[in-house]
Amino acid sequence: MDFLGFVIICVKVLVVFSATMLTVLMMVYAERRVSAFMQGRLGPNRVGPQGLLQPIADGIKFLMKEDIIPAEVNKPIYLLAPAMLLIPALMTFAVIPFGSTITLFGREVPLQVADLNVGILYILALTSIGVYGLVLAGWASNSKYSLIGGLRSSAQLISYELAMGLSVVSVILLAGSLKLNVIVEDQQGYLLSWNVFKQPVAFLIFLVAVYAETNRLPFDLTEAEQELVGGYHTEYSSMKFAMFFTAEYANMVTAAALTVTLFFGGWDVPLLNETSMGALGAILSVLSFILKTAFFLFLFIWVRWTFPRFRYDQLMKLGWKVMLPLALINIFVTGGYLTLTSLR
Amino acid sequence: MLPLLFYFAAAIAVGTAISVVLSRNAVYSAILLVACFFSLALIYLLLEAYFLAVLEIFIYAGAIMVLFLFVIMLLNLGQEKAQEHFRYLQRGLSLFLVIVFFLGVSLILLSDSSVLHQSHETFSAGGVKVLGEALFTKYLLPFEVASLLLLVALIGTVYLAKQKI
Amino acid sequence: MATIVKSYEPTFWDRLYLPALAKGLAVTLKHFFRKKITIQYPDEKYVPPDGYRGLHRLNKYPDGKIRCVACEMCSAACPADCIHIIPGPSPWEDGKERFPVRFDIDLLRCIFCGFCEMACPEEAIELTEIYDFSNYTRDDLLIDKEGLLGVYELTKDTNYYSRPNAGQDSEALTSDKF
Repeated sequence: MDFLGFVIICVKVLVVFSATMLTVLMMVYAERRVSAFMQGRLGPNRVGPQGLLQPIADGIKFLMKEDIIPAEVNKPIYLLAPAMLLIPALMTFAVIPFGSTITLFGREVPLQVADLNVGILYILALTSIGVYGLVLAGWASNSKYSLIGGLRSSAQLISYELAMGLSVVSVILLAGSLKLNVIVEDQQGYLLSWNVFKQPVAFLIFLVAVYAETNRLPFDLTEAEQELVGGYHTEYSSMKFAMFFTAEYANMVTAAALTVTLFFGGWDVPLLNETSMGALGAILSVLSFILKTAFFLFLFIWVRWTFPRFRYDQLMKLGWKVMLPLALINIFVTGGYLTLTSLR
Repeated sequence: MLPLLFYFAAAIAVGTAISVVLSRNAVYSAILLVACFFSLALIYLLLEAYFLAVLEIFIYAGAIMVLFLFVIMLLNLGQEKAQEHFRYLQRGLSLFLVIVFFLGVSLILLSDSSVLHQSHETFSAGGVKVLGEALFTKYLLPFEVASLLLLVALIGTVYLAKQKI
Repeated sequence: MATIVKSYEPTFWDRLYLPALAKGLAVTLKHFFRKKITIQYPDEKYVPPDGYRGLHRLNKYPDGKIRCVACEMCSAACPADCIHIIPGPSPWEDGKERFPVRFDIDLLRCIFCGFCEMACPEEAIELTEIYDFSNYTRDDLLIDKEGLLGVYELTKDTNYYSRPNAGQDSEALTSDKF
């Protein structure tokens, strides 16, 4: 790899990382503001214009707080757990294409950090690794609330990982590749070529599974305040708690971006050929990607303040008895259709 | 650079594997095993077997070990309770098995006719396509038999766990 | 007579749950765009309706004489025993003979029940709509005759919170006033 290529990759990593962190900050603000709006309140509007600097104030508050390590915790794992959750959450965004290609210094630069040929599996693998942070935080805290939260999260995430993976399989069948870039290019063209319209069932399963994977309401049983105090992060304070928080929101950002990539054409603007439009096309594609992702991030908050929490047995029933068979049937139908059309 | 990475990953794999066995704390063992899987995945990556590398993390580290951890936490096994009278039998048996396994592996490695000495191209399992084709044509019967075996194991477990079905 | 209540049989669409979910989302979205009911307190203030029982005042006649005749009906009626009156002869020649030399109310004890204004035969003591008169020391919350008359001047014409220059002298009632 030459020097220029190295620099370009470094810049891309920096851009994606800072954009993710910035979105996380915005989400912390948006969550409070949107929830307030939905309840007829105003929400934080004092720090900065419209309260936009609130997350920074919150961050400073987290940094200044006393870092409490309770007695009787398993110290190494207790300290390791937040990082084990945060790192996969931040790594996941690397394979998501956030725009078409741009030409810089006479070379084609795809707007994606790494174009792995097993991209989608990489994301699934990393999301499944994220469980360790929750489980170990729950175990190491030496508190019954944390332990129950950790146990719940491990069972929940494994159950919904299956449904999520299988719903993605039908998308992979359509695109014929595990590369996210190919999946996006497969959805180019007019609006109906987006995978939501081709795979509505897979989309619904994926959407539900994503809410379970990110521990968001209506599936936030791992931190159900009313029963578990704070779930796995009950015993955490200060910046370590903030790391859990950041990881949760980073996971949401990635999940929203992934939903867009798999089912809403990624950076595709319908009826437009971005790749042939040069710089303008690239900017448009990035904008469309941001807009779509923003909508799904809003949907996360919207759903949270609309639906009540599931009971644990309902959660398991939904995962194993509804989502999993539905996803399998969907794969079967998709595969059958593809076989029949290719025979002709 | 690449050989250096291999030795690095191999050292971690061996080190963590030994610590898995030696650790008295079941949760530590589980975490170390996950670290071992990661270094194995790195070795797969160096062999350009991307698919296998990701599957290693996805299935072993991401699903199976999480279930193990779940069970460990559910039973709340912290420090291992030493069961002295099983100790010597256990050690002797494991030592015997390790020696048998080691001899077997070295025999395969040393013999000329083994699959490991085939050329790189024919043995590449990196691509999804190559792997899929191999599974559904050449190794279809073993593949299906393995899935049947898993199903049998599943039914057996349910039967054992539930007295009344 | 027993009535047979037919339980609702969920239809296919009900069992799919998706329409219900969409309906729920629509409700929250409607609230998202609805007018917000928050009153941003120090900047905007809630305007209490007539009959609100807040800070007390002592009423005056239009010619400036105090209505109170120091009959001590209010302090007798007060369940919290927070009104303390020292009566004396009226300084004015016409009519009323008695006059409060001192008229102190301990706002820390007052429960704002309004019994005093009901007991008053002269309609001299009244509760106003002023609710934000918190202070830093206990002594500042003991209001005397001058303070009560001052509250009358503040509230005699309009509602204290909807007066034209509301908010500009919102500090008028703090510490040094009483």
